[in-house]
Amino acid sequence: MLKPLIRRLIEMTVVMALVVTIVFVIVRIAPGDPAAMMLGPDATPQDVADLRVRLGLDQSLAVQYLRYVGGLLSGDLGQSIFLGQPVGAALLARAEPTFFLTLFSLLIACTIALPVGILSAYWRGSLFDQATTTLAMFAASVPSFWLGLVLMQVFAVKLGWFDPSGYGGPGAGLGTRLHHLVLPAVALGIVSSALIARFTRASMLDVLGDDFVRTARAKGMSEWQVVLGHAFKNALIPILTVIGLTAALLVSGAIVTETVFGLPGVGSLIVSAVLRRDYPVIQGALLVIAGLYVIINFVIDMLYLAVDPRVRY
Amino acid sequence: MTPAAAPSASSQPDVLPEGILLRVDGLKTHFGTGNRTAKAVDGVTFSLPRGRTVAVVGESGSGKSVTSLSIMGLIAPPGRIAGGRILHRDREGRVRDLARLTNADFRHIRGPEIAMIFQEPMTSLNPLMTVGEQIGEMIALHERISRGDLRRRVVELLKKVEIPAAESRADDYPHQMSGGMRQRAMIAMALACTPQLLIADEPTTALDVTIQAQILELMRRLQADMGMSMLFITHNLGVVAEIAHEVVVMYAGRVVEQAPAETLFGRPSHPYTRALLASTPDPDRDIAADGSRRPLAAIPGFVPSITNLPPGCAFAPRCPLAAQACRESPPELTTVAPGHVARCIRMEAA
Repeated sequence: MLKPLIRRLIEMTVVMALVVTIVFVIVRIAPGDPAAMMLGPDATPQDVADLRVRLGLDQSLAVQYLRYVGGLLSGDLGQSIFLGQPVGAALLARAEPTFFLTLFSLLIACTIALPVGILSAYWRGSLFDQATTTLAMFAASVPSFWLGLVLMQVFAVKLGWFDPSGYGGPGAGLGTRLHHLVLPAVALGIVSSALIARFTRASMLDVLGDDFVRTARAKGMSEWQVVLGHAFKNALIPILTVIGLTAALLVSGAIVTETVFGLPGVGSLIVSAVLRRDYPVIQGALLVIAGLYVIINFVIDMLYLAVDPRVRY
Repeated sequence: MTPAAAPSASSQPDVLPEGILLRVDGLKTHFGTGNRTAKAVDGVTFSLPRGRTVAVVGESGSGKSVTSLSIMGLIAPPGRIAGGRILHRDREGRVRDLARLTNADFRHIRGPEIAMIFQEPMTSLNPLMTVGEQIGEMIALHERISRGDLRRRVVELLKKVEIPAAESRADDYPHQMSGGMRQRAMIAMALACTPQLLIADEPTTALDVTIQAQILELMRRLQADMGMSMLFITHNLGVVAEIAHEVVVMYAGRVVEQAPAETLFGRPSHPYTRALLASTPDPDRDIAADGSRRPLAAIPGFVPSITNLPPGCAFAPRCPLAAQACRESPPELTTVAPGHVARCIRMEAA
């Protein structure tokens, strides 16, 4: 159990080193002088030159790269140009809404998708199966920000059950903050449930035809013991992959939804950083999101190990 | 999975002669509906005496596996039991028609009364559970038992099927075992609740020949020791000769001959049975003293499609004895000798 863990950790380090390099290069090859872009057309050449020195852009690429990596290794993601605070601190201050939003969306997606997928596979061809297939097609084709706007219109504006926007303001209690996450989480969760439900159905259909399912029935197990105890556990292996991918997608999907719902999360931080060309923040956020992808993948791999005794890394 | 009762059969009382554990009576298992119905099993009748091994022999598509799955109540839609009865006597001596049992009632039959093992021991075991867990699950389903006792029972069962180092093997996953070991584990699982009847559907087909012989020997010994009945599905007449007391020969969804094993091998009546025996390799018969070899007698033609059976005897198109009458109406099962029946009107012509 320890050896594969260490091997995966080494692989993750290599991936992250590549990501760091790519992010560094992308920002450097973006057209134009970052300093001039940041300051806008009215800046004097002297202002631009000063900023170049402040950002270290007057150094050679190699020196810039080494400084950048050195900073990362000591936990320094750089300094935001507009926020007047370190990028790491800015991201951390915005992490909570994004984290909870992703987590709730994933929970909602799985709560809808797993039972629907299992039942539509079990009752394949039934009215239930056809209805959920149609609904899944619909959910998968709807953009989450549009669904968010519809939910906002109905449940916040018309019914007044939720606030249409924000995170409860400064000093709001945990309950208030979570209450503000309900609508965006439902919007994101419903959209991502479609993919998980379709995958669960396909995976369950595969497994329900397997010989060991017949063996389980031949033992005298009830249908639900057979379906949940034997079939679902085997179907879960490919489903885990999709859940992991969905979790990663949700992190980036949150960017748009956060903007729609005015949530002060990492997503809206990135959007405003892009609008203001706050390169250090964009760079730092890209790294953090890439890091999350890598960590989620690692967790999925470890779950494989836990679920399937045949898997060896 | 809840079969409809056949109107003609339900009027008869559910009685079984003493000494008969199970009687399949005019069983029809069909797949699909309308004129595309596949009559996989079409009026199969045979009896399974207590403590005996009955082999069901036939080519692929003869309906032998569907018959065994019908007895277990494991026919899934679009399949259904379209007629006939499956009379079964349980431990308390109660006789019931399994063809009309609800799924909830059937769960108490599967395991403690009738257990089943399958052809592919690799795919028939759950890859995510240890064999010990899978055997224990069978016991825990049907009995109240403590954890410690359960573990002891599992290890005992593994010893009973001659798995070496049973104590540690119980914690193996199926992929850590060889094919022969897996089939032994399957047998241990099937026998966990000491069933009255063990159905074995081609249990040795997927195994090496040397392992086949070991598994057959084990099954024969366990059958005799436990005094249970066994329904052994196979296409291999060599296996039949090893293990069966009685033989049922199936062709295109019907029984064409049933006889005690020695009668069937010594004096086969149905032309299909004779052709099957002639097409089985036999070194004593096929290799002459001078080393010359006699070619094997293959049966010409193919098994007819069960969606499109000929109007008369299903074997007539391939039968060397077929007459005009054979092609017109299907023959009935007739008694050749006590305990020996065959479905042929031209038996005397041979």
